[in-house]
Amino acid sequence: MSWILAAPLVLPFLTAVLSFLWRHSPAGRRISVAGNVALLVAAGALLAAVLDEGVVAGQMGGWAAPFGITLVADYLGAAMAMITAITALATALYAMGDIDEHKAGLGFHALFNVLIGGVTGAFLTGDLFNLYVWFEVMLISSFGLLVLGASRAQIDGGIKYVTLNLISTILFLSGVGLLYGMTGTLNMADLARVVPALEDQGLVTTVAMLFMIAFGVKAAVFPLFFWLPASYHTPAYAVSAVFAGLLTKVGVYALIRVFTMIFTEDTGYTHTILLWVAGLTMITGVLGAAAQNDMRKILSFHIVSQIGYMVLGLALYTPLAVAGAVFYVVHHIIVKANLFLIAGIAERAAGSSDLARIGGLYKSAPLLGALFLVPAFSLAGFPPLSGFWAKYVLVAAALDVQGWLVAGVALLVGALTIYSMTKIWAEAFWKAHPDGVEPKLTRIGTAQRRWLLAPVIGLAALTMLIGLFPQPFIGFAETAAQQLLDPSDYIRTVLGADALPMPADLAEEAS
Amino acid sequence: MEALLAIAIGVLVAAAVYLMLARNVLRFLFGLVLISNAANLTIFVSGGLVEGAPPLIPEGAYAPAGEVANALPQALVLTAIVIGFGLFAFALVLTLRAYSALGTLFSDDMRVAEPRGDNDV
Repeated sequence: MSWILAAPLVLPFLTAVLSFLWRHSPAGRRISVAGNVALLVAAGALLAAVLDEGVVAGQMGGWAAPFGITLVADYLGAAMAMITAITALATALYAMGDIDEHKAGLGFHALFNVLIGGVTGAFLTGDLFNLYVWFEVMLISSFGLLVLGASRAQIDGGIKYVTLNLISTILFLSGVGLLYGMTGTLNMADLARVVPALEDQGLVTTVAMLFMIAFGVKAAVFPLFFWLPASYHTPAYAVSAVFAGLLTKVGVYALIRVFTMIFTEDTGYTHTILLWVAGLTMITGVLGAAAQNDMRKILSFHIVSQIGYMVLGLALYTPLAVAGAVFYVVHHIIVKANLFLIAGIAERAAGSSDLARIGGLYKSAPLLGALFLVPAFSLAGFPPLSGFWAKYVLVAAALDVQGWLVAGVALLVGALTIYSMTKIWAEAFWKAHPDGVEPKLTRIGTAQRRWLLAPVIGLAALTMLIGLFPQPFIGFAETAAQQLLDPSDYIRTVLGADALPMPADLAEEAS
Repeated sequence: MEALLAIAIGVLVAAAVYLMLARNVLRFLFGLVLISNAANLTIFVSGGLVEGAPPLIPEGAYAPAGEVANALPQALVLTAIVIGFGLFAFALVLTLRAYSALGTLFSDDMRVAEPRGDNDV
């Protein structure tokens, strides 16, 4: 069983090495695409195995859990690995047209695939320290991608991105150290049964807050999000898209993982804080976006506001709400990556991403206009697109627990999202170009245009698919939520069938 | 011994926070070195400290004889030190590059990506 878990990790690193060796020839990017096709197959196989068995676990290096290196895929982990592979393939295809020879020669494709490996690793690891290591893999490659090409704006954004993310890393590491000191284990399955049995729950909550801040920085929640709008609009569009789609979602994933499986004893305190954070994140993000006048900056702020919805699902902490959060993460990754990819094409066609300096895209490139509307309306929550169902489940979950205020905030933020999306639509697509130039897609070379449009069409089709047939996806998310809220399957699969109830000697030791 | 290290960690964090609040990015980086070492020490202490007792298991036994420190956190610290060193090296080079490209080390003056007046629509 361990190969099926290891393959989605090994493939990106293999691809990275090969595309680095051929970075100066066109073969490099083709290797990157081929490697990501293989990754998609591997992630598909893993997802199929998980659908079949519930939870799949493997011990690398032959040491039994909790001592060995554990890889686990439950519904959530497998779904995240799958969506990572989809986004990675879309971005690799887009990069065929977007990344020039200079950036490819600097090692774009190698860094990109290492990033994908790091993200997949974070989703599949069953150990907190390994999660830290995967975060670092992800972080160092994202540093490289962010400043690749080294324009002044990139360096400026890079400084803020690097410094704030390093602080988060250190808080995470301190939390890991303290948790180990208290429990003597870092295996997540083991922690899930040991932590609730600890006597000093006050100390557990303190450590939980360290994790909340560390993952909160990664997820870009209020008030820790400042690095995101400072940096996401500076690198190449392919880089922006993969960052926007995946990186903050790793933070959200980590929050969901530890605050449903491990730190669950004092939800009245921790999840109330998360609820406030969620509401404020939604509002500040959407207001920040309303004040911007550049396509990519608007979209960057919308990442922040959308993260609020996912945290809201976690904070409400009912089965339906957690299912909503899981569904929201999957929907959002597709939509957000796609919006950035489209913004890249729009800039190529019209000459800028500043809304005051472009226009006329609808008249000359109606296809692009139609492709923009799908993710843009999905982001705002129009039926029958994926975003509607995501918001519907979350608002329904909020109303279930009489959370009138947060439900109202969620709906209001949805309405304000429409404002930003129609602003992009009106400025970039509808109004005439201020310089009288007709932006044309044909300004982009034929082959390049195909590489740029193919992933956009694919992701838009996926958004439509989830929107038109939401039932299987929501059912999947509900099972994922069940597994998170009752991790006994997860624990038994990792630690063995007799791991629960906890052996008496362990329980005694814990108290 | 644990108490002494706990105090040392506290002093390191205090100094680090003081440095990191500075507007100068280089001072921030020095603060980062201190606080990352404070985190490393935290992990180190979490394994327990025992003087002069190597964590060796006698032949035929399953556990070390007598009180020994847990060796696993020490392995974790080694990993964390290596990773931290790599990240710090990158951050240092990035800062150097920022100084030559932007002509300043003061974060308040780094406004290329987000120019002032950008939001006055």
